[in-house]
Amino acid sequence: MYKPIEIADGIYSVGCRDWDIRDFHGYSTYEGTTYNAFLVLGEKNVLIDTVKEKFSDEFLSNISRIIDPKDIDIVISNHTEMDHSGSIPKLMQIIGKDKPLYCSKMGAINLKSHFNQDFNFQVVGTGDTLKIGNRTFSFLETRMLHWPDSMFTYLVEDAILFSSDAFGQHYSGDKFFDDEIGDEIIPHARKYYANILLHFSPRVQALLKDVAKMNLKINMICPDHGILWRDNPSKIIEAYDKWSRQEPTKKVVVIFDSMWESTTKMARSITSGIESEDVAVRLMNTRKWHRSDIMTEIIDAGAIAVGSPTLNNGIFPVIADVMTYIKGLRPQNKIAAAFGSYGWSGEAVKILNKEFSEMKLDIIDDGIKVQYVPNEDDLNKCFDLGVKIAKTLKQRLSDAKK
Amino acid sequence: MEKYECVCGYVYDPANGDPDNGVEPGTSFADLPEEWVCPLCGAAQENFEKID
Repeated sequence: MYKPIEIADGIYSVGCRDWDIRDFHGYSTYEGTTYNAFLVLGEKNVLIDTVKEKFSDEFLSNISRIIDPKDIDIVISNHTEMDHSGSIPKLMQIIGKDKPLYCSKMGAINLKSHFNQDFNFQVVGTGDTLKIGNRTFSFLETRMLHWPDSMFTYLVEDAILFSSDAFGQHYSGDKFFDDEIGDEIIPHARKYYANILLHFSPRVQALLKDVAKMNLKINMICPDHGILWRDNPSKIIEAYDKWSRQEPTKKVVVIFDSMWESTTKMARSITSGIESEDVAVRLMNTRKWHRSDIMTEIIDAGAIAVGSPTLNNGIFPVIADVMTYIKGLRPQNKIAAAFGSYGWSGEAVKILNKEFSEMKLDIIDDGIKVQYVPNEDDLNKCFDLGVKIAKTLKQRLSDAKK
Repeated sequence: MEKYECVCGYVYDPANGDPDNGVEPGTSFADLPEEWVCPLCGAAQENFEKID
């Protein structure tokens, strides 16, 4: 439990920290996470979002330090995913099931199907407002950022944006604001973007344009995970603009797995070839790196090279895992090449090329397959493939500038 | 006829239509009733993009 923090006059952060979580639905969270929720006091007391069900007692106790939870008059659900909605049933039981629950149209549908019960839904959409005393809550639907129900709540007079999962980070610590933690938080925000929002990048671009048009003053951005952006909210907005444009940089990620170190040798030679052209490279063994860390490296890369042994006429299972994950997140604007060692059939390179093609990556080489163990000549070919990847990437980047 | 993909990944294929929501097979995307929204995520038609 932490002492609720007054983030602005009469507005409290009342969420919970999950120090222990290391696997967030398949995303590695080495520093845990937080489930942020906010209490806005006034003529009517409004609660924005809740926390994971497991933390509901702690959450209610946090609220109790400020007001009796029964005195909450209105609940707003910006996002129905269970880390933010899980405590709604218990909360409503306590505060009264007839109390209004504001959410988007899809939010009402989703909450019903999650908890198999009805609430006093007040469905709101973009432009709808809720006036309480001298405060105005304005709603903005942000469909598919990152669920159909997602929405933002903007407090007009305070210029505070409650952004649900957008602009969040999986980070739990003794810091609560951007100015307290500094740039150390950016890699966490980047990882969050890469793993949760990347495939909705066109929506992010559209949203940022809409928000710019609305000319919203933003003093603070309060996401549902991690630290709050109060010192310089434009920093994370600019970062989202950059990440969602998916512009390639002079960087290659070499992703591989190996059974008898043959594909490892190939990966290392390709890496050397890339480095010889002064292009940045990350060599990532899929059994040493979590898929979500690989994804984080991919977002600003201009190229990926993927190596897989052939196992039982298919690609190696761990590579299939990582490829499925990458494919779902739809990275754009990248060139790609495949490689791998095999024993007798050697399907892996062909399968990887098919995957690349479905992902709309630009395949720049047929790929290299080597039977059993690569000899010096094979490794030279791998080095040359690295050179080719690096040179092609540099050429593309220089063409794009013209 | 051209297929359209929603932001959530749902693909509207005119060959199949959306009979659950009153759209007959053979209805082109342009001919969808104005009130038709994505059956999966509820997005309006402006959130769809043409795909190959």
